[in-house]
Amino acid sequence: MDPDTDIGGAQQRFPVTNQSAIAAARSDDHVVRQRAFDTILTSYWKPAYKYIRLKWQANNEDAKDLTQGFFANAFEKNHFANYDARKARFQTFLRTCLDGFVANERKAGKRLKRGGDANHFQLDFLSAEDELAMQATQANDLNPEDYFHREWVRWMFTMSVEMLRERCQSSGRNVHFQLFEAYDLNDDDATTVSYASLAKTFNLDATTVNNYLAATRRDFRRIVLDKLREITATDEEFRTEARSLLGVDVK
Amino acid sequence: MKWLSDSKVSHLRAVVGNPDFSGTKYTFVKELARGGMGTVYLAEDTELNRQVAIKVLSTPEITEDLRRRMIREAQIIARLEHPGLVPVHDVGVLPDGRVFYAMKFVRGVRLDEYAANTTSTRERLRKFQAVCDAVAFAHAHGVIHRDLKPQNIMIGSFGEVLVLDWGVAKILRAEVSSEADTLMLPAAGTNKAGDTAHGTVIGTRQYMSPEQARGEIDQLDERSDIYSLGAVFYFLLTDQAPNDERPRTLNPKVSKPAEAICLKAMARDRASRYAGAGEMSADVSRLLDAEPVSAYRENAYEKVSRWVGKNRFLVLLVLAYLLMRIFFIFTSRS
Repeated sequence: MDPDTDIGGAQQRFPVTNQSAIAAARSDDHVVRQRAFDTILTSYWKPAYKYIRLKWQANNEDAKDLTQGFFANAFEKNHFANYDARKARFQTFLRTCLDGFVANERKAGKRLKRGGDANHFQLDFLSAEDELAMQATQANDLNPEDYFHREWVRWMFTMSVEMLRERCQSSGRNVHFQLFEAYDLNDDDATTVSYASLAKTFNLDATTVNNYLAATRRDFRRIVLDKLREITATDEEFRTEARSLLGVDVK
Repeated sequence: MKWLSDSKVSHLRAVVGNPDFSGTKYTFVKELARGGMGTVYLAEDTELNRQVAIKVLSTPEITEDLRRRMIREAQIIARLEHPGLVPVHDVGVLPDGRVFYAMKFVRGVRLDEYAANTTSTRERLRKFQAVCDAVAFAHAHGVIHRDLKPQNIMIGSFGEVLVLDWGVAKILRAEVSSEADTLMLPAAGTNKAGDTAHGTVIGTRQYMSPEQARGEIDQLDERSDIYSLGAVFYFLLTDQAPNDERPRTLNPKVSKPAEAICLKAMARDRASRYAGAGEMSADVSRLLDAEPVSAYRENAYEKVSRWVGKNRFLVLLVLAYLLMRIFFIFTSRS
């Protein structure tokens, strides 16, 4: 695996707790605060980078520096502790902070170079650039705010799929994930893959394919909701985001 | 990490949001409608190889006792055999704990869609009569619907009228089971014992009776459905969901007797409403036949006007005869 994708080390890439990182950002305990920050950084750095590239028309080097600078500044000054769930969604708050940061940087005519700083995060900008190249024709269809949200949703699902893969592998359910990958992540026309064809390929009966897929999707749903709970501050915000993200009502 | 295209993201959203029917005989096809009580999906019954409509309620938790009671009560509702009723075929619990009901998948249009394309009040009222008849049948068997609204009434491909979604119905008298006054099909707010908790609001607010809106579950009876029928009638007269305006204010073409039927059904005091759906249906029938309706006392002028309107052909004949007589009298004198 590309080491650049690791943020804070492989063990911390997906924080194990599903308590709210937004609430933990206010903790007096530095370790708790650091973990909360890692969660927020993991969940938002890629949409933030793409957003800077699109809305602020920054070149890739400037966008990298601005992304690094924004999160480093937010961590140093503990900006995320100022979030008030009664006023806006956290995503909106973060995007507004990001706009303010970039505007200030542009106004000051500064160009941040963070190569030697302590808060130089290991972020896989290369993959973000590859994705931007693939989306070149679609990005202009949306306003920057909708684009940010869409990329955040994509990133949430991407991370959740990766976590699902790890869980399936660690619990010896490789076939479950392979079925999920073949049916739900297959980029070919969906009509070419059916439960019957999967049953034949994997030497299973169709009912088993149905049950394996259902169980894996259930796990996937749980992972997505757990991640969502991590990055929302209140139950109400969690429910609102769940409905917005997945169209589902949750407890 | 593998990049997910827009279509894959959409697919995954659907995968996560759609119900998990594993362990049941159904497979998911697509979402049909979403409401306050739950979401209705089109699904395939793999045993009988047919499509069914499945409503998944937003009920978060269920106990074994509640599950058994729901199944028993669903069986009672499933035994309501009437051409105007689409009963529950099956009831169960999804792996995530949500309760579902399987119903016949009806191909047709909802009453509100039908009304949008049908300007004839007479046609609308005939459909409404059929609704009243179906509801009267259910009432006669001790079952009240509790969520009557245009969206729960379908006009089938042959013009037949079907009342859907008996998933939140309540059984008033247990004719089939030995227990009386047990609750039925739960919804959000159902307590652990299986009864809908007092104070729980079930239904669709614009079409629900005041007592239902107040959550007085133990006060609900046939007359609560009568109120909802009145609200549906209001919609058919005005093309609007019930509000504070009288029907004739919104649509001056509505006759006074039609408005009186509507207002009687929607009386805030339950005792002032029709005692049954059959009684309301009879009044609508009289309205269609230009007969006096029980909900409205006519003055002499209105009685004559209605009689003339009903016997227009006869009146024209008599007038023509009289004119001819007058004509002959004058011509013979000259």
